[in-house]
Amino acid sequence: MAGLVARKDLRVEGRGRVALNQVLPFAFIVMVMFAFALERLPTPANTGDTLLELVAPGLIWLATLFSLLLLVQRSFAIEADDGALDALRVAGVDPVALFLGKASALAVQLAALEAVLLGAALLLYGTELRAGGVVLLVATWLTATCGLAAVGTLYGGLAAGARGRETLLPLLLLPVVAPVLIGATRAVEAALGIEDTAIADGWPWFGVVAVFAVAFGAGGVLAFGPLIDE
Amino acid sequence: MEDAGFIVGSYAVALGAIAVYAWRVLARARRATADLPEDAKPWT
Amino acid sequence: MTTPSTGTRATRALGGSALGGVGWLLAFGLGFSPSDRNQAESVRILYVHVPSAWLAYLAFVVTAVASGVYLFSKRHALGWDRLAGASAEVGVLFMGITLVTGMLWGRLTWGVFWEWDARLTTTAFLFVTYIGYLAVRRLGGTHEQRARRSAVIALLAVLEIPLVHWSVRLWRSLHQEATVLRPDGEVKMDGLMLFSLFVGIVAFTLLYVWLVIHRQRTMAAEDALEDRGLDAALAARRAEATTVEVG
Repeated sequence: MAGLVARKDLRVEGRGRVALNQVLPFAFIVMVMFAFALERLPTPANTGDTLLELVAPGLIWLATLFSLLLLVQRSFAIEADDGALDALRVAGVDPVALFLGKASALAVQLAALEAVLLGAALLLYGTELRAGGVVLLVATWLTATCGLAAVGTLYGGLAAGARGRETLLPLLLLPVVAPVLIGATRAVEAALGIEDTAIADGWPWFGVVAVFAVAFGAGGVLAFGPLIDE
Repeated sequence: MEDAGFIVGSYAVALGAIAVYAWRVLARARRATADLPEDAKPWT
Repeated sequence: MTTPSTGTRATRALGGSALGGVGWLLAFGLGFSPSDRNQAESVRILYVHVPSAWLAYLAFVVTAVASGVYLFSKRHALGWDRLAGASAEVGVLFMGITLVTGMLWGRLTWGVFWEWDARLTTTAFLFVTYIGYLAVRRLGGTHEQRARRSAVIALLAVLEIPLVHWSVRLWRSLHQEATVLRPDGEVKMDGLMLFSLFVGIVAFTLLYVWLVIHRQRTMAAEDALEDRGLDAALAARRAEATTVEVG
């Protein structure tokens, strides 16, 4: 059942391509605007990195979080348009399956977006990958995505629907994902070797992200039903 | 006391904010209980 | 008819004591207590800042517990939901006071209004989180919907706090040099200073209880009014329907 919900969401995206045509360009523009705001000539560190290179991981995750808001709203807008969410509930769809399905579809879109953002950083910020850090990078990428998708689906369910609620989503969601922002940024910094950070230093940060993903994966499964029941 | 401004200011902010909030709660309480018959108030 | 209010003799006594406590706090905090060796007069701010912080945390604990009781008890009595909401509102008030007085104290002691250390950052996070909780309470719907939604949100917030605290602590431990250069934020208090702090805590606790009682009763009254309004509207609609049928 969760698979059906996930496939349905992905098919809607495949047909409408809203994430592809709107959210992705938005994320890209955000990356460009970060450069406008932050690119400056004097380099603060002695390791030869420019400011943008130093903050690139943080900027990638920031752009991801802003895009997450849009993706979550989109995920629930497609239900709200025809009252589909209520219809699904009335039809007896298990809220757990609904949550897992929507979260999975969201995770797929989010993961793809993050990969593109990393590419943008490689192109625009002068970021360089390093071979030893790839495992940490991929692990962080996947785990953070799962955590963000779970939390996004959970609070998205609450903020969806009735008018005047959509503006609630950023207020609720952004503080909650603070641990992911902190952890994932530091982990990616270690993976990329920003300021010669050792890769080993990044794994505790991955731990933070992993705990978050597990906690809110479980929390989401439990809380989604009560939250959307109207 | 050179820092008197900050210190007095802290007390003013703290107690002032509480006072303003208390005032608003009481005003709201008066409005809400105005039309309520006695039996609806379990605390009396 | 008696004057409309949420007060009783007990709450008036409570309020009187609270005011008395505030008077003592002003007397000791601003007057009798000595100045600190290292921090001079700025330590006086702590007699307001520390009690405010403690009460804010207490308020949020009460919100979390009341939310849990509402959600997991069989009766789902709305009184618990209202307690959770009232306590959160007062908690946000005290948290705001904590942040502002903390900034003023920091300006005097450290020279800066803000520091990205673990405690301050987590406090700011808590503040925003519970503002979000209050926003969720205003989403509308039936009392039960409001209660269930906000109870879930409150418990998720409780789940979240250790995560945030942990990640922020880890994050700020990277920046050790900043804290080493700063003068120690901990104040050694003795005698009269401790007593002033104690007075502050007692005064603020009395204020907290008084505020929560009144806020909760006001909520109960407003909920009751809403129910009556709803009943009246339903009755009117029914009456309307029958007259149309007859006519």
